[in-house]
Amino acid sequence: MRWLLAKDLLILRRSRLLVAVLVLYPVAIALLIGFAISASPSKPRVAIVDETPPDTTIALGEERIGVTQYTDELFGQVQVVRVPTREAAVAKVDSGDVLAAIVIPADIVSKISSGVNQAQVEVIYNGDALKQSFVRSTIDSALAQANLALSQQIRAVAVRDIDLLLAGGQLGVLGSSQDIVGLSHIAPALEGVAARTAAHGDRATLTRIAGFAAFAARNLGIAKDVLTTVSQPITVKSTLLHGRRTPLDTYAVVVAVTISLMFLGVLLAAGGLALEREEHTMARLIRRAPASATAADPQATADRAPPGGAAAGRALVSREGLIAEKALLAAVCSFAVALAMLLGVSAFVSLEISRVATWVLALACGAVGFGALGVAIGALAREVRAASLLAFLLTLPLAFLALVPSGSVAGGLYSVIQAISFVFPYKAALQALDAAVNRSSPGMVISIAHLLGLTLAFGVLARLALRRAE
Amino acid sequence: MTPVLRAEGLGKRFGSREALRDVSFSARAGEMVAVIGPNGAGKTTLLSLLGGVQPPSSGAIVRSGGAVGWAPQQPALYSKLTVSENLRLFARLEGVADPEAAVARMLEQTGLAERAHERVQRLSGGNRQRVNVALALLADPPAILLDEPSSALDPGQRERLWSFVGERAAQGTCVVFSTHIVAEAARYAGRVLVLDDGVLRFDGPPAQLAAQGGQQGGDGDFEAAFVSFLR
Repeated sequence: MRWLLAKDLLILRRSRLLVAVLVLYPVAIALLIGFAISASPSKPRVAIVDETPPDTTIALGEERIGVTQYTDELFGQVQVVRVPTREAAVAKVDSGDVLAAIVIPADIVSKISSGVNQAQVEVIYNGDALKQSFVRSTIDSALAQANLALSQQIRAVAVRDIDLLLAGGQLGVLGSSQDIVGLSHIAPALEGVAARTAAHGDRATLTRIAGFAAFAARNLGIAKDVLTTVSQPITVKSTLLHGRRTPLDTYAVVVAVTISLMFLGVLLAAGGLALEREEHTMARLIRRAPASATAADPQATADRAPPGGAAAGRALVSREGLIAEKALLAAVCSFAVALAMLLGVSAFVSLEISRVATWVLALACGAVGFGALGVAIGALAREVRAASLLAFLLTLPLAFLALVPSGSVAGGLYSVIQAISFVFPYKAALQALDAAVNRSSPGMVISIAHLLGLTLAFGVLARLALRRAE
Repeated sequence: MTPVLRAEGLGKRFGSREALRDVSFSARAGEMVAVIGPNGAGKTTLLSLLGGVQPPSSGAIVRSGGAVGWAPQQPALYSKLTVSENLRLFARLEGVADPEAAVARMLEQTGLAERAHERVQRLSGGNRQRVNVALALLADPPAILLDEPSSALDPGQRERLWSFVGERAAQGTCVVFSTHIVAEAARYAGRVLVLDDGVLRFDGPPAQLAAQGGQQGGDGDFEAAFVSFLR
């Protein structure tokens, strides 16, 4: 087998363009997918028409809030292109210069300040369905964030006013300051006055007012809590069931490396085995010498038709040996590239380098699994071009299917996706490497056992497909 | 003389199709045996059974003096390797005692010494076929099987190939070859096997086949005799 390995390495060395494409293509695809997963979406270009007068403030009780505090929150979510009028904004959207436009009307301040009317901003957008969906979700999210920020400011002002009403203190009115008594101090003061008042006089009335003041103070205190709840009714508490929380960038690294491992392993193994058929050398390699000497002539050897149809004698290379050699070569090459990639990426992304032994184990098992899938494809396809095409047709969808999260598609469809992912090694390799790099669940043992099972299954499939040499 | 290659009631079945039925013959050292027949007669199947590429469904193949060499119809070579690298690889895989000596010998015998370091993909069809045959002869087998070795060659290349093969036969190597150019069988073979629809219809000298076909002498006459015989 070593001569075959040496021969294949020599052929690879002489196929520099092919090797370069085989290495660079999956790395490029992997990096693209990795960036797509980990990178934040870019801010859409949005035209803003701000019709409010400069330095406008919103009056809330005795407080004034600058409109810019609201618009800054809104503008932080998008790439702002300021335009003077609504017409100019429409023109920009129409020409495709911006994805959408937001018109903030001049009456927004008066409506918010009124406390009765709901303020409104106008969103203008265009484009295809995908673009519309993206713009709407981005702007809806930005508006929700801005609304939340504004409501929290309103809540803060209201709570401060309630505190003043309850506890009393200095209240500024039209430039002058006035000391007001707090609601919570009124009840004890009135009760004291009532105690000093003759029983037949206004005592009963004073006692009733003191009771009301105490009741009002208690319920105004509750109003503060109600305001907090109304301003942000739901908060999120996250609970992770298994493993530990995986940062998106390290998961993206795992996805990218596994994709490279798969492309290289599958394509090399499939192409290597198919090449033996294409060059007609397979028959020469696996044809069998005679097995046994005949009784009449000790020097003669004979092939007799065996009951099972298998040829007797020793071949230059057994079919199993040939399959193993191609799978092994592909596994070693893809493993080396994937490990180099992982180590290289670890310089930029925080990975636990102390777990490199587990990386090696996961990558090695994944590489063997992909090598086995590759030889099965190569044995079935019989030609290098057909094998390469089949390998691409299989591996690209597998990579994307494995990334489909549960709940994002209908239950039945997700079951089908899971079944497909189960019978090919990509998802198992991804889970093994994710467990090795990020300690995620399921653990490495289950994923590696899965990979080894698939390796055996694809090895058997390749052997069956090689029953005929030509 | 003891035959170096003997087929006893050989049969081959692919599913329900019987490609070869009860074929028996033997070939001796130094003998050149041509296997001819119409397309689909079973020529390639017979040679692949004799070469151990696939097992027979029935019957037996008896070989004397070791494994036989086999050169398939399509040159079975690694096109990215040079001529000498191909020869060296198969010499090592076949366990030849001195691979370098075997490579040098085959390069000299095939007249390809000057092209030893040229990649196979750059060789002409004729030279590829010579390397293909050289691979079959690497282990110095007592018999070689050549499956339509001249089918893709021009007349000059064919002439050189048969000259080379004839020299090996003169040195005692049994040569069994198939061809669809029946004139080659008459010219180079001492014996002809005619296969038709998987059945061996004739086993004897070319002159006898010509006589049975009602013709005598000349390549054109032999082809006519062959066609007449098959009717």
